[in-house]
Amino acid sequence: MRGFIIKEFYHIFRDYRSMLILFGMPVVQVLLFGFAITNEIKDAKIAVLDYSKDYITQEITNKITSSGYFILEKNLENETQIHEEFRKGNIKQVIVFENDFAGKLEKEHNAGIQILADASDPNTANLLVNYASGIIRTYQMQKFGNTALPVQIDIETKMLYNPELKSVFMFVPGTITIILMLVSAMMTSISIAREKELGTMEVLLVSPLKPLQIVVGKVLPYVVLSFVNAITILLMGFFVFGMPVMGSVVLLLAESLLFIIMALSLGIFISTVSSTQQLAMMLSMFALMLPTILLSGFIFPIENMPDILQWLSHLMPSKWFIIIVKDIMLKGVGLAYVWKETLILVAMTLFFILLSVRKFKIRLE
Amino acid sequence: MKNSEPIIEAVDLTKKFGSFVANDHLTFTVKKGEIFGFLGANGAGKTTAIRILCGLSRPTSGKITVAGFDVYRETEEIKKNIGYMSQKFSLYEDLTVKENFRFYGGIYGLSLKQIRQQTDFYLEKLGLTTSGDKVISSLPLGWKQKLAFSIAIIHNPRIVFLDEPTGGVDPITRRQFWDMIYEAANSGITVFVTTHYMDEAEYCERVSIMVAGRIEALDTPERLKKKYHASSMDEVFLKLARG
Amino acid sequence: MNHSVEITNLYKGYGEVKALQDISLTINPGELFGLIGPDGAGKSTLFRILVTLLLPDSGKAIVEGYDTVDDYREIRKIAGYMPGKFSLYQDLSVEENLKFFASIFKTTIQENYDLIRDIYQQIEPFKTRPAGKLSGGMKQKLALSCALIHKPKVLFLDEPTTGVDAVSRKEFWEMLRRLKEKGITIVVSTPYMDEASLCDRVALIQNGKILSIDTPSEIISRYDHPLLEVKSDRMYELIQDLREYPNTLSAYRFGEFIHYTPKEEEEYELLEKYLQEKGHKDIIIRSILPVIEDCFMALM
Repeated sequence: MRGFIIKEFYHIFRDYRSMLILFGMPVVQVLLFGFAITNEIKDAKIAVLDYSKDYITQEITNKITSSGYFILEKNLENETQIHEEFRKGNIKQVIVFENDFAGKLEKEHNAGIQILADASDPNTANLLVNYASGIIRTYQMQKFGNTALPVQIDIETKMLYNPELKSVFMFVPGTITIILMLVSAMMTSISIAREKELGTMEVLLVSPLKPLQIVVGKVLPYVVLSFVNAITILLMGFFVFGMPVMGSVVLLLAESLLFIIMALSLGIFISTVSSTQQLAMMLSMFALMLPTILLSGFIFPIENMPDILQWLSHLMPSKWFIIIVKDIMLKGVGLAYVWKETLILVAMTLFFILLSVRKFKIRLE
Repeated sequence: MKNSEPIIEAVDLTKKFGSFVANDHLTFTVKKGEIFGFLGANGAGKTTAIRILCGLSRPTSGKITVAGFDVYRETEEIKKNIGYMSQKFSLYEDLTVKENFRFYGGIYGLSLKQIRQQTDFYLEKLGLTTSGDKVISSLPLGWKQKLAFSIAIIHNPRIVFLDEPTGGVDPITRRQFWDMIYEAANSGITVFVTTHYMDEAEYCERVSIMVAGRIEALDTPERLKKKYHASSMDEVFLKLARG
Repeated sequence: MNHSVEITNLYKGYGEVKALQDISLTINPGELFGLIGPDGAGKSTLFRILVTLLLPDSGKAIVEGYDTVDDYREIRKIAGYMPGKFSLYQDLSVEENLKFFASIFKTTIQENYDLIRDIYQQIEPFKTRPAGKLSGGMKQKLALSCALIHKPKVLFLDEPTTGVDAVSRKEFWEMLRRLKEKGITIVVSTPYMDEASLCDRVALIQNGKILSIDTPSEIISRYDHPLLEVKSDRMYELIQDLREYPNTLSAYRFGEFIHYTPKEEEEYELLEKYLQEKGHKDIIIRSILPVIEDCFMALM
């Protein structure tokens, strides 16, 4: 019995791969989870539309921007700019002061502030609105708490793009991303690795088939399957959860296809460095799935993570894809707005295809 | 000077997998210290029967005792008294020679002192005293097989089961291996061996040939050749297997 | 005459292991050529170089006029290959496997059916069964059919009979002989020495080096020691006693006899007397011709 345990230790220590997973993984995970999951918000970018521009609105704005939660990104001049700014994705929240704010407070003891939040990430939107409201109320208490007649600042909040704060609106794009990654990348890599492991790859190579033909043949079924999956999820999101597709469906499907091809080229690349199915699966899991889930903004907002992680998330193709999907579905934008992200995806795809082609071995060594 | 007391007794050993009969009423006896050859085509049911005799699998019916222990109720006792070696697996490739000895010795309940004694004994016998700390995967196949056999009998079991132990090995090593088998048998260990090399069947004292789940022949090689008018065990096998 | 396969000074190593050392040999068109040697001799490595799956460290290998390094694409069109372990799709049926291999070689089952007919007919009753559920002998036949389906010029079979029982082995070699009549060059590797006599010519290989290349009968005739077979009523003691006998060069068990090679020409009466004194009865001493295994062991 003791001998058996000792033996198992030998096996584990001698296999550096399992060592990596046993010791490396927990460290990475703890770090990731520790830093990634912060429910606090800080430095959220907002814009202010101040119709009044008086000393009170200035004071409130100052209080908000000096709280540490918010950064004033832009001062807006009129309403039409609001959607524009949201669409660009730069700001999460707009605070609107009605005109003659101070005047109305003095004369009517009543003035209104509108808080508009980008609710495509409902959790963050909620938090931001609560923080902002809290700051305004505190200000109200401090400034007017001692007056004889109650002075009220009316706060009207509007959750844009996701008025019911349905978290499904977050999840559907995220789910599409994960499923496409899973089916395209992981399954492709496992399938090719299996041929190698079982020895059938040897026989395939000694045939007139060009390596390109082998790869395309392996990959094509997964393209079709992934596409069907993507459509299914969209349909379910629409019919079951009421998630709209405000923008062009064609554009959405085209971007999905791009992402599928990207995931496939990743899968092929993984298979070229894996000699067994097990390795392919583990690489796909840890190098693809986990970072995708954690660092793409799917569950945990990226803005709140430390800079290193934010920088890392830029390398995640899934992050860019989620932005594209959300923008098209919820904000109804066209290519003009997501061209930057699309270009990044195209570049990544080409990169991985090139890498895979170079690494795909026409011989056994 | 061998005992002819039986060490394995099987009467109507039967094993069914659903409706498929892998072993059909096998009846045979193996004597103590005998070298018993267990032959048959692939799929004839040899591996199934061996697993039952090793206590690894439960027969569907039949009365079987191994080293005096019942295969239904006393499998743990059986396992303590037998050794096993197969071509496919015996030693851990990423462990060293000595580590393998230590591990298996420990499993069979030997004390560290006994393990050390046996290790030194067999390493010297095989001429491998300087290779004790080499990893198994670095050794040529012939040495691996001989080491595996030594380890299989490290605890001096009553019976050792060898499943195609000499597959793919060069002809000289093969014979050296059989020298080791003869020595073991001479010291009282019963050897139960399967092989695809028909000339090795001749080295056995008695041979049984399985065809489609049944034992079609069981006798000394000499008498089998006479019975089937064959000049070699190869011919006997072909006549029986082809039907 | 042009050779089907020409190998010149081939070397291949993996780290410290020298898998192949200075291999040179030629194989003629339509020949049934055997590569005989135990595991680790280098057979699979050599095959993989010939079918262009591995690059040699140095030396040249030419198959049907094409270089294995530069013209590998051509070789992959005309070679049939059956690697060591069973390498077909376990979850596809017999028929599906065959159709697949036909298609990647841009042919159909019908086109070359007469080539595989007598092999395929034996497994045809099972054509819808998944390949993984076939017995060892049937898997062999399927693998052979798939390797033949595109009418290759050269067939490379890497240990096709290993792990298979004696009956299936015999049947397999009978199929190979019939294939030979159709003009295909067949190169087979095997650890079973007795299969050497079924080949036109053989190369004996051990530890990456060639021990001998020739027809089986030539190799046997070149065995330059006298060889006797000896038997008595106590075989275990016989071999010990023979090894202690001063004139013994080697004594090895060979089935029911011991193959005994004396240092100098043996006097049967002397040997018989020695054995009788040791207590042996029913002594047989005969002069015999060696078999390939004897030659291999002498060359090792």
